[in-house]
Amino acid sequence: MPIWLDDFLWTYQTLIHSLGINGLLALSMYVVLAVGQLSLGQAAFMGLGAYTGALLSLHTGLPFALVLAGSAVVPVLAAAAVGLPTLRLTGVYLAIATIGLGEVLRVIYVNAEITGGALGLGGIPGRSATWIILLLLAGALGGVWLVGRSRFGRAMEAMRGDQTAAAVIGVNVPAYHLGALLASAALAGVAGALSAHSSTFISPDDYAFEAAVTILSFAILGGIGSPLGPVVGALVLTLLPELLRPLHDFRGVFNGLIIVLVVLFLPRGILPWPMTRLRKPL
Amino acid sequence: MFAQQLANGLVLGATYALFALGFTLMVGVLRVINLTYGFYFTLGALVALAGCRDLGLSLWLALPLGMLAAGLAAVIIDTALLTPLRRARAPELASLMVTLGAVLLLYSVLSMGLGTEIRRFPLGTLPAGAVMLGEVRLGAAQILIVVTTLVMVLGLWVLLSRTRLGLALRAVAENPDAASLMAISVPRMVMATSLLSGVLAGAAGVLIGLNQNAIQPYMGETMMLRGFAVIIIGGLGDVRGAVAAGLVLGVAEVMAAGYIDSMVKDGVAFTLMVLVLWLKPAGLLGRARVTRA
Repeated sequence: MPIWLDDFLWTYQTLIHSLGINGLLALSMYVVLAVGQLSLGQAAFMGLGAYTGALLSLHTGLPFALVLAGSAVVPVLAAAAVGLPTLRLTGVYLAIATIGLGEVLRVIYVNAEITGGALGLGGIPGRSATWIILLLLAGALGGVWLVGRSRFGRAMEAMRGDQTAAAVIGVNVPAYHLGALLASAALAGVAGALSAHSSTFISPDDYAFEAAVTILSFAILGGIGSPLGPVVGALVLTLLPELLRPLHDFRGVFNGLIIVLVVLFLPRGILPWPMTRLRKPL
Repeated sequence: MFAQQLANGLVLGATYALFALGFTLMVGVLRVINLTYGFYFTLGALVALAGCRDLGLSLWLALPLGMLAAGLAAVIIDTALLTPLRRARAPELASLMVTLGAVLLLYSVLSMGLGTEIRRFPLGTLPAGAVMLGEVRLGAAQILIVVTTLVMVLGLWVLLSRTRLGLALRAVAENPDAASLMAISVPRMVMATSLLSGVLAGAAGVLIGLNQNAIQPYMGETMMLRGFAVIIIGGLGDVRGAVAAGLVLGVAEVMAAGYIDSMVKDGVAFTLMVLVLWLKPAGLLGRARVTRA
């Protein structure tokens, strides 16, 4: 590796890590939005993954790959508990239940002994190498892209346009909703574990309401025309506060404002182009 | 002991019902989950606090002031953010997202301006004594909450079922297009609903702020978890259901804290909410419209 590249990676390691992790989080949000649902539990799933991963690393000698797998499974279980009853109902039920999940998990982290209470968990080994993060992001992006181009993607696009019409032509809408929610929980969980092993310290406030809104703002800014949109949104919203230091203190205001402005004035996001397909649909 | 627990549970439940009253009205008439609702709650408490502490007003002046401020804020925010989406017939999730972004924005501005430290009402805002009913002890703030909740629930019931305004509001809730064909001005009803909900949120903020005597910008956000649980358990947009669900939740929380462990208390709302979603998604009273995909 050339010296300048090594220097660059070392200097900007934290930033590159958070770019990759936020990209994964944005993708996890995309997967749910792509079927026309809204989950506000991405921060909660991320937190579950982070705590699961941190506890596995601290208390067992499992290899990192298995730690990451565990961090994907636990949020998936939580998503199933919340998603199974709500996904047959209208979209607002899932949104409400997932906000509730985030709040209740925060209370548990604060009160439970094993999670270190309000002070959080420290001393997590820094096992998230840059290449692991970027590889997982690329893999997830490729995977979501391929699914989007398949017949599943077409079904997802159909139900985003009109759920009833999609159901009438034989798309099993609830199954897609559940599948998307579980996949998104797994992605967010892995992102959470990666971030815990990158920052080496986690606390309950990292996964609260503000984090949930921030993750949504990535996807909303980028637009959900293609999976690339949310990842670009995450890139922009992660880099901006670094480039414009004053913005750092106003992050809450800024991310909130982004959502309001984009939904009101650019309902399709900054990258509205739909995905291209190999074969044109009929 | 049990009687006191039950009384505490009912008072807590009354605060939840009081909080959820305006929220459920918004959901029922405007058909939008408005997440800025918690902000109106905070705003009511902060304005009343400023009135009591900085202007030296008595509570009986500060309370309506807080309610009015919250009501006006609700009208302004609804008109600025949700009216354009209603006009464009945007999906309900778009409105939910806008209010989500807006509430983060509002809380952030508020906590940057005021800081996040806890503020308290000055001593003597409420009389210090307590009333004994048999062996049950009730403080002034608690009595005030129960009485206000009763008055508000009755008032809302009379308004919705006995007045022309209530009839118009119910018509808009049922079907805005048909209502507008019946010469009901839908935009005006939307504003009336926002004002009413905001006023109710403000009242809840002042009274619950008095009872807990700990006021900070994010107090509305903490309350929202209970608000969500109450409107789901009671059925979306169902006023009677919200009152019943608030009381059930309050009693359940106090009993869980008293007889199991105080740590369990904060999980009760979510657990009940998920149970209701599994078993009876239309809510306890089962009158809400549930559209199955």
